[in-house]
Amino acid sequence: MSARREDFPLLVNNPGLHYLDSAATSQKPRAVLDAMRDYYERDNANPHRGAYDLSARATERYHDARVRIAKFIGLQDSDCLVFTRGTTEALNLVATAWGGANVQPGDEIVVTGLEHHANFVPWQQLARAKGASLRICPVTTDGRIDLEQLKGMLGERTRVVAFSHVSNALGTINPVTEIARAAHAVGALAICDGAQGTPHLPVSFDALGLDAYAFSGHKMCGPMGIGGLAATRALLESMPPYQFGGDMIEIVGDERSTWNALPHKFEAGTPNVADAIGLAAACEYLDGIGMAQVRTHELALLGRAQDALLAIDGVTVYGPGVNDRSGVLSFTLEGVHPHDLATILDQQGVCIRAGHHCAQPLMRRLAVPATARASFYVYSTEEDVAALAAGVARAKEIFSNF
Amino acid sequence: MSLDALYQEIILEHNRRPRNSREMTDATARVDQHNPLCGDELTLWVRLGDDGTLDDASFKASGCAISRASASLMTSAVKGKSRAEALELGEKFRELVTGKLDPVAAKGELGSLVALGGVSRFPQRVKCASMAWHALREALGDAG
Repeated sequence: MSARREDFPLLVNNPGLHYLDSAATSQKPRAVLDAMRDYYERDNANPHRGAYDLSARATERYHDARVRIAKFIGLQDSDCLVFTRGTTEALNLVATAWGGANVQPGDEIVVTGLEHHANFVPWQQLARAKGASLRICPVTTDGRIDLEQLKGMLGERTRVVAFSHVSNALGTINPVTEIARAAHAVGALAICDGAQGTPHLPVSFDALGLDAYAFSGHKMCGPMGIGGLAATRALLESMPPYQFGGDMIEIVGDERSTWNALPHKFEAGTPNVADAIGLAAACEYLDGIGMAQVRTHELALLGRAQDALLAIDGVTVYGPGVNDRSGVLSFTLEGVHPHDLATILDQQGVCIRAGHHCAQPLMRRLAVPATARASFYVYSTEEDVAALAAGVARAKEIFSNF
Repeated sequence: MSLDALYQEIILEHNRRPRNSREMTDATARVDQHNPLCGDELTLWVRLGDDGTLDDASFKASGCAISRASASLMTSAVKGKSRAEALELGEKFRELVTGKLDPVAAKGELGSLVALGGVSRFPQRVKCASMAWHALREALGDAG
């Protein structure tokens, strides 16, 4: 059962640790760390410039990483994968570059009440800057996007619908294709925050019918500091550059410049080659397990964990049923604030997140100031689940024992 | 690190039945505090008399046991004290929760506030314990 833990040096080095905060960031398998070290030790040079073999090798390895990652997310045209620092930068890229050039006063931008701040604030600020209006789709009491209301909100002024593949706070898996179709029916773009999608579910960008999909490497066994924006060629070609500098230019005149081809047009400056290679190794690692198996593993643990916690009097679980969630368990224990719960669990080696999960609009809608969140991944075990349940029971005991 | 040191009975009891947890209509100062990291919110009211005495202090808080108990203990401790005495107590409290003051030795000066001494061994929780005291400093015009 713990065989997969052996792949993760951090878990090996912390034997008593029950890491249940993978929705915040995942641990990294040895294969990823080795791939990055190997690049620096054998092939490191600045790509795309040097007139020597080593630089050509670095360029090739960077290109190969892009192709590998594109394959993982089901994007056939790897030139349409732009590397970014992560989901946040990818969403800011679209909101700034596309929004800056296309949104007019009176236009409508639609987001949902389920969004992480990274897929909320860039659109809010775009709307403010352009005199457009931000419309926020309601969520149901069980933490889903209210599809009927969403469809009712869309109209000829709607320019973009921005929504998450999977909610980071609750784990809700959203019907991406259906939302994309509804957006396209009114001529709006469909932009999806996939930060919690790519780590946990098989993703095929080409089949989802989206205009753009943003994701982060560090939540899917890859390093921090790399992620991407997958988008249609039509969207990327229509967008002006996001940042200016080296690599992204073609000809620089005194008065004006022209831009490099995709994807380089959106990658100004020396690229993050080592992290791209690390992320490609993470894709290889996850495909080695199989994303269907990743999902099966998480779902089994999620079900057990939910049953174990609901057996404790006073526990409330948020979000839809387990089959409609990724490996996220968002809960509260009556009479014990999530931060106190997190401290008590931490003393038993159980790492969970407590707070608003960077989703304050959602927490307001659910009318809870904070929840505790346990999240599972490929290396999570039944021992982790047992430790979580025991820790919650202990917290209840401490707070009722006087 | 023992949880018993952090969650002493007095803390749990003040969390459950906080003292001075009410709005104040005749306050001379009101301060709203918000911790954006965890979403905790606290409003503090104080009434400073003409002679500079803290005649009354009250609060409303949504947050963890540590922050609520700290606000409850603080408002109880500073009532009737002069502005200078209250600020001095706040300085001692800061030393306590950052581990620079031994709870046993400080018992005479700090009274039941020493119950929060265990926080010094939980660095992530020092902010929770300090929130009410930050609000007090601001209310007394000594923020900084």
